[in-house]
Amino acid sequence: MHSEVPPDSSREAAGDPADGRPAARSGVAVAPPPERPRPEVRPGVPTRRLVLAFFLPPSLTPEAVKYDRRYRALDKYRFVAWFTLLPLAFYLLLVAWPFVQAFYYSMTDWSGYGTEFNFIGFDNYTRLWSDSQFWDATRNSLVLLVFAPVITLALGLFFAYMLNAGGRHRRNETVSGVFGSKFYKVVYFFPQVLSVAIIAVIWARAFSPRSGVVNPLLENVGLGALTQNDWLGKYGLWVTLLVLCWSFVGFYVVLFSASMGSIPKEIYEASLLDGANRSTTFFRITFPLTWDAIRTGWIYMGIQALDAFAIVSIMIPRQGIDVLPTFLYLKAFRDGQAAYATAVGVVLFLITLTFALLMMRVGRRDRIEF
Amino acid sequence: MTSSSHLNRRTLLKRSALAGALTLPGVAALTSCASGGGGNGGDSTGSGEVSDRNPFGVAEDGGVEVVIFDGGFGDEYARDTAALYEEHYGSVTLDSTQEISQLMQPRLVGGNPPDMINNSGANQMPHPALIRDNQIADLTELFDAPSWDDPDVPVRDTLLPGTIEVGQYGGDASYHLNYVYTVHGTWYSKRFLNDTLEEEFPQTWDEMIRVCEKARRDHDVYGWTYAGQHARYLAFSMLPMAVKVGGKEVMEAIDRLEPDAWKADAVVATFEAFEELAARGLVLPGTPGIDHIDSQTEWAQGRALFIPNGSWVENESKEVIPDDFDLAVGAPTGLDSSDALPYGVIYAAAGEPFLVPQNAKNRAAGMEYLRMMLSNDMARNFTDKVASLTCVAGSADDLDLPPGLASAQQAIQGAGDNIIVPRFRDWYAELFIDHMGVAMGQMMAGELTAAQATDRIQQAANRIADDDNVEKYL
Repeated sequence: MHSEVPPDSSREAAGDPADGRPAARSGVAVAPPPERPRPEVRPGVPTRRLVLAFFLPPSLTPEAVKYDRRYRALDKYRFVAWFTLLPLAFYLLLVAWPFVQAFYYSMTDWSGYGTEFNFIGFDNYTRLWSDSQFWDATRNSLVLLVFAPVITLALGLFFAYMLNAGGRHRRNETVSGVFGSKFYKVVYFFPQVLSVAIIAVIWARAFSPRSGVVNPLLENVGLGALTQNDWLGKYGLWVTLLVLCWSFVGFYVVLFSASMGSIPKEIYEASLLDGANRSTTFFRITFPLTWDAIRTGWIYMGIQALDAFAIVSIMIPRQGIDVLPTFLYLKAFRDGQAAYATAVGVVLFLITLTFALLMMRVGRRDRIEF
Repeated sequence: MTSSSHLNRRTLLKRSALAGALTLPGVAALTSCASGGGGNGGDSTGSGEVSDRNPFGVAEDGGVEVVIFDGGFGDEYARDTAALYEEHYGSVTLDSTQEISQLMQPRLVGGNPPDMINNSGANQMPHPALIRDNQIADLTELFDAPSWDDPDVPVRDTLLPGTIEVGQYGGDASYHLNYVYTVHGTWYSKRFLNDTLEEEFPQTWDEMIRVCEKARRDHDVYGWTYAGQHARYLAFSMLPMAVKVGGKEVMEAIDRLEPDAWKADAVVATFEAFEELAARGLVLPGTPGIDHIDSQTEWAQGRALFIPNGSWVENESKEVIPDDFDLAVGAPTGLDSSDALPYGVIYAAAGEPFLVPQNAKNRAAGMEYLRMMLSNDMARNFTDKVASLTCVAGSADDLDLPPGLASAQQAIQGAGDNIIVPRFRDWYAELFIDHMGVAMGQMMAGELTAAQATDRIQQAANRIADDDNVEKYL
C-alpha cells in the first residue's frame, strides 16, 4: 500500500500540521469520489527515516516524520515494542531458544552425558515409528487427552451449576446454589491445595491390595468380585484417569463458578418466567454463556492430561503403563538416550500444539456481550 | 532438554510467539547449544612426588572435591575419610546430595566435574552412557596401586571377589568402585523358622513347599511375599536358583543376551518352581500390588515367612523388624539333588558406585580419596556406622555385627566360589527392570505361565541384542 515515494520537499518545508493531518485523515475516513483516481502516492518521508524513528524516543523524532501518515502506526508499535522488549527477550532466550535447541538435538545421537554427538537427521523419528513402547505410551497419553477433559469439565460444570443455580428457589432470589454450596466449594478445592506428589502417594495407598481402602469398599457394597490384587499394575491407565480428574475437578468448579457468577440474574429470571426447567436453563443459558471458560479449561485440562508425569511416575509400577512424559524420562535418564528422548518431546510438543490449535478453532464462537 | 515436555505445554498458550521461535537465528548457530563445554581434563598424576605412600602423586597441599549421595548411608563416613585426607594433603570440598544426576550431569557435560562422585540413588546417572561418552576414568590404576595399609599388597588384593568385575563393561577397564558389599537372597526370621516351625532352611524345592504349607496350615503364615510393584526383587532368589540348577553357564548366557538363555531348562524349571508357589496359594494375597516397603513390613510382622531381598533390608526395615526376629538370609533353595551346583550359590555383589570423572581437574586426588576409603580403618568405620559390609575383605572381622549382616557374612563364606554377579542388571537395565521384572511379577500374579514369562523375557533380550542403540558388553 505504501510505496516508496520521493520526498516532497515543498510539503516537508511547509510543515503545516493543519494542512497535513486532516488531509491524511480524510483520506482514510472518506471514500474518494469515484471520478477522481485514488491517489497512488502520498507525500511522506523516506521509509528509512521512519525506521530510524522507530528506535528513537518521540522527543527526538523529527517533525517531518511526525507528520507522515504512517507515523501514527509507528508510534503505536514503537510504544508496544519498547515496553515488551525485555519480556520478549526473556521469552526468546528462555522459551523459544530451548525449543529450537530441542528440535536440533532430536536429530542427533547425543546421550545426554557426553560432549560429542553426531547429526543423524530423522533417524530418531524413524526409530520412534517402529518402537512399540513409544506407541503404547502415545496411546495412553491420547486416551487421557480425550477422556480427562471430558470427565473433569463435565463434573466441574455440573458441580458449579449446582453450586450456583441448582438450588431450590428461595425468597428474593431467582437462582441460588444447593444448600451448603459455600462449604462444598471449599471442599472441592481441597485437592488443589495438595501437591501432586502427595495426591499420587495417597491414591497409591488407597489402591493397595493389602492396606488400601478400595478393595474393602468394593467388598462392603457387595462387589467383592471386582477386587483386584494389583490395581495399579493392571488398570494403571484408568486409575491415572481417575486421579487426574479427581485432582482437577475442584479447580474447574471454582473457575466455572466465577464464570457463572457473572451471568446476569435477569436472564435466569426471564427464562424461569418462560417456564424453563433446570436442564433447559443449563443448556440454553449457563452452558453457552460460560463457553469461553469451558474452552480455556478444556485446553488447560488437555495439557494436564498430556503431562500426568508426576502421577504416573509416582503411582504406577513398571508392569503398569507409561505415558509419553514418563517414556521420555526413562529414555533420557535411565537409558542415556537424551536425543531420542528429545524426539519424544518434540512429538509430544506437536500433539499438544495440534490439540490446542484444534480446540481454539473448533470452539470459536461469537462472544456474547452481557 | 530434560524439561522440554513441561516447557512445551506451559508455553503453548502463548502460541503467538511460536512463529517468532521458528524464525530464530538459523541452524548454523545451533551448534552452540547446551552441550558446549568439554574439557580435556586433568592429568591422572598430580604434581606431587610419586611414592608408595602417595602412588598417584597428589600434591602436598592438593585439594579434592567429592560429591556424596546422601541416601541410606548418609555422608558421615565420607566426612571421616575427608578428615583423613586433610591430615595428609590439602582441603576437601565435600557436597552431599540426593540429586546426583541433576547436579552432576551439567557439570560432566560442561567439562567441569568434581574429582570423585558417589553415583547412586534414584537419580543415578547411567554408567553405560557415561562410559560410552568417555566421562569416567579407568580405575585400574587405583586397583594396581599399593594399598593404604600395606604398600606390598596392591589394592586389588584387599577386595572381595566380584568388586572389580562389577565396574567392568566388556573389557579389563573398571569404571566404578562399588563400595558396599550386598548379599541378595531369601530372607527370613530364624526364630520363627527354627523355633516356632521347628524347621531348617529348605534346600530343595519339595522341602520349600512343605515348609511353606506347614507355616500356612499351623500358623496361618504365608510362605512368600515380595515387592510386587518391583517384582525384579524376585530375581535375587530366582537367578541364583537357576544357576544352582543349571550351573554358571546359565548366568553367562543371560549376560551375553544369548538367543536361548532364558529358555534354558534350568531357568524354565526355576520359573515353574515359583509359579507353583503362587499356584498353591503360598504367596501372601495382594502381594502383586504392594511395594517393597509394604512387603517388607508384612513379612517383618510375621504374615509371610520368606522374602527375596538384599542386605539393605535390615537397615531399611529396622523400624518394623521385631527385636527377637533374628534376621537371617538363606542362599536360595535349589530344585533337588540333581542340581549342577551344591547348596550355597548366592547373588552377592558390590553396590554403591563411586567413580572418578575422566575430566576431573584433580583426578589423582579423587583416586587417592578412594584409596583411603578402601583402607581397613575406613571400611571398618563404615560398617560400624551404617551396618553394611564393604568390599574390603576382612574389614568387618570381629566387629559386633547385627544378626542379618552376620548371617550375610556367613552366606558369603558358605558360597565359596559360587557367588554370582548378574551383569545384565547394570548393562541392560531395561531388560532387568521392564522385561524380566515385569514378567516375573505377572507370572506370580497368575497372568502368565512360566513358559510364557520366559518367552517374553527372551523376546525382549533378543530385541535388545538386535538394537544398535544399546551398547553390548560381551
